[in-house]
Amino acid sequence: MARIVAGIGTSHVPSIGRAFDQRKQQDPAWKPLFDAYIAPKSWLAETVKPDVAIVIYNDHGTEFLFDKYPTFALGAADAYPVADEGFGARPLPRIKGDADFSWHLAEALVADEFDLTICQEMALDHGLLVPLPLLWSHAPDWDITVVPLEVNVVQHPLPTGVRCYKLGQALRRAVESYPKDLRVVVVGTGGMSHQLHGKRFGYMNADFDRKWLDCIESDPLALAAMSHQELMREAGAEAVELIMWLIMRGSLSNNIRRVHRSYYAPMTTGMGLVTFDDLGDKAGAGAAE
Amino acid sequence: MSPGRADWGVPDSHIFDGPRSRSGYRINKMCISLTKAANREAFKADEEGYVVKYGLNDEERRAVRERNWLRLTELGGNVYFLMKIGACVGHGLYRLGAQQRGETLDEFLATRNDKGAT
Repeated sequence: MARIVAGIGTSHVPSIGRAFDQRKQQDPAWKPLFDAYIAPKSWLAETVKPDVAIVIYNDHGTEFLFDKYPTFALGAADAYPVADEGFGARPLPRIKGDADFSWHLAEALVADEFDLTICQEMALDHGLLVPLPLLWSHAPDWDITVVPLEVNVVQHPLPTGVRCYKLGQALRRAVESYPKDLRVVVVGTGGMSHQLHGKRFGYMNADFDRKWLDCIESDPLALAAMSHQELMREAGAEAVELIMWLIMRGSLSNNIRRVHRSYYAPMTTGMGLVTFDDLGDKAGAGAAE
Repeated sequence: MSPGRADWGVPDSHIFDGPRSRSGYRINKMCISLTKAANREAFKADEEGYVVKYGLNDEERRAVRERNWLRLTELGGNVYFLMKIGACVGHGLYRLGAQQRGETLDEFLATRNDKGAT
């Protein structure tokens, strides 16, 4: 059967993608950010060896206008184009998908009462693209297959943190009911603290971000219990997208080990990264939380 | 006037909720059209004609013309959508933000931990 072997929380700040394309990896202002991904990339390639990454992200006015706005949307294609977000598309190969696996997840999740929008064509923007080449190789082609799971974190009303956590738990059940032996890593993207509009533009809260990195490991339900209002007040209006990390965390077992953790906040957004090995449920401990 | 729920309890903010999405619909629809290169060229060639096609009213058109990002936000423009106008007219995110804070770009950059990471 398929199983979840690791989880990752990571920011998806678009300036990282731009700096990556401009090869600023050794630039003093960018080096701390890029260096933090070197060990996780090796860990994935040499230890975790996943077949598929389920990447939880949000669209940024690329694929979805507010004419129709899904709360949860699942990609179900064998390939996804790299989107033009208004600057031209980034020089990356198109993303490899697994439509069979996506449809299985869709069937299992809807049967489990999570009513997703299923997308057979979907261009992917920086929400998904930014962390991908920091974690996997793409020359000449990607060494990972991706299932995109898109979440509304832009137009309120948003799904609650608890709902996101429960979707993660359902995602685990859905993965484990797939007969093929796939090694799956779940990546939650977004955040950390930032506000990108109004007089409060540029607001960050490093203390909050560090607390989030602590709790996503040790007490995710405390984070899930936070209201959107509380999250936006503490971490900035656009930081509410951190709820996507809760889907990742909800998909992990009760037996995880943190492998990497980093934090860097040079400009307008806290850039966080955390990785977990999922060792599988402890015997006798029951299901995840 | 700001059409959104002013009492979200987040200071100096314009939370993108239902009322704001309704009022900003035309602006955001025009913005997402700029994800196509041909539309960006059409916008640059005849900005006024382009925004009229999307039904923007006088106030919305004036805010676009004046590059008044705070006003566009108050009118219901969403930041991720407004950035597409910015990309077209050469205003980057930090310039959008500095203006909304009432600062010059240099004044804003001086408030950052490392302004080299742009």
